[in-house]
Amino acid sequence: MQQIINFIIRNKNFLLFLLLFTISIIFTIQSHSYHKSKFINSANFLSGGVYNSVNNISNYLSLKSQNELLKEENNRLRSLLFNNNISTDSTFLDTISYDKQYKFYTAEVIKNSYSKTDNILTINRGRNDSIKQDFGVITSRGIVGIIDKTSNRFATVISILNTTSSISAELKNSGHYGSLNWNGETPEIIQLTDIPINAIFQQGDTIVTSGKSSIFPKNINIGTIEGFKKDVAENYYEINVKLFNDMTNLEHVYIIENIDKAEINSLNE
Amino acid sequence: MNSVLTKNIINFLVLVLVQVAIFNNINFLGYINPYVYVLFILFFPVKNNRLQIIGVSFLLGLTIDMFLDTGGIHAAASVFIAYLRPAILKSSFGMMYEHQTVKFNTVDFGSKITYIIILVAVHHLILFSLEIFSISKILLILQKTLFSSIFTILLSVIISIIFSSKTK
Repeated sequence: MQQIINFIIRNKNFLLFLLLFTISIIFTIQSHSYHKSKFINSANFLSGGVYNSVNNISNYLSLKSQNELLKEENNRLRSLLFNNNISTDSTFLDTISYDKQYKFYTAEVIKNSYSKTDNILTINRGRNDSIKQDFGVITSRGIVGIIDKTSNRFATVISILNTTSSISAELKNSGHYGSLNWNGETPEIIQLTDIPINAIFQQGDTIVTSGKSSIFPKNINIGTIEGFKKDVAENYYEINVKLFNDMTNLEHVYIIENIDKAEINSLNE
Repeated sequence: MNSVLTKNIINFLVLVLVQVAIFNNINFLGYINPYVYVLFILFFPVKNNRLQIIGVSFLLGLTIDMFLDTGGIHAAASVFIAYLRPAILKSSFGMMYEHQTVKFNTVDFGSKITYIIILVAVHHLILFSLEIFSISKILLILQKTLFSSIFTILLSVIISIIFSSKTK
């Protein structure tokens, strides 16, 4: 017993080092798997609060470009509204609008990262705004990611620029679908894999979400085909997709809640 | 003793804030960010108490990890260089370390730079190995380590010059 205590006292530096190093490695390994429980994330009042106050100052720098984006979106929605002949007659009951499947929330990105291989954003909406895990996040131009951790006022978003994220996407023209992954290289280009070899497409075709995952609705824009090659087994295409979104310059985002999600998931179990 | 403690606490908070609010958003050439918070570990007062610096480094790394959502990579790299520090101190400052008289404001400039380079390079190598976490991307790891290290070393030297001349 005496010897054990002596050993611990003699090697206390090394033992403490080993203990703390192991703890950090465990945290690291957890962070590399999707949605694993993580104690350390930026959706808490301390880091969220710091990012919020930094963002309050720095968002003045991008006011002009963000205004342009909002104007562009307003323009698109307005043209949709006036060209669609939506009836404004109140005696007519529109039954479709009673059971809306998707609910939208707005949020602001307070921390953005795109230079790492596993990028995570922080937004200023949380449990108090009924945001939960696995809600989709988009901008007016395309998809951004999926909600991961939430606190009362903040939430973290697993960006599509994250090697652990995988989102179902399809070719807009033919409907062939595959999964969207990122190889960790440039933040403008992500990879669409598992597109069957008989799919017909060409450079410049549009990629949209497939609506098969119950997170994103169908037909949200993602990007255009930049280049493609066959995979090693020559059964599937690997397509490089150029994103519509500029992931380095995100400010206003929309969070999508799928109200039918619990029901869909209970069927799939 | 008390003034040293408060000074260290202020250094800790300032370095974390500056790292999180400014140096993480530089993204020079798309991906190069300096990690200047290691200055805290590099210039922690030289004393025989190794337990203290290992513990404080872990806390510092974990705080940075919390802000950056990176799991535990900064904590791991910081703890590692904190453990390694006495050996590097001995090899770069030699006799002075043996006699416990190293004062970072007064030491020879050349040996100070060697000391900074070695610890920053080791820190960044561990950091990016754990971040990318894949042997097949070893080239990406080395590339990121090299460029970020150069950036961090430059900034560290500049900051240490500015702040050491003030306290003289």
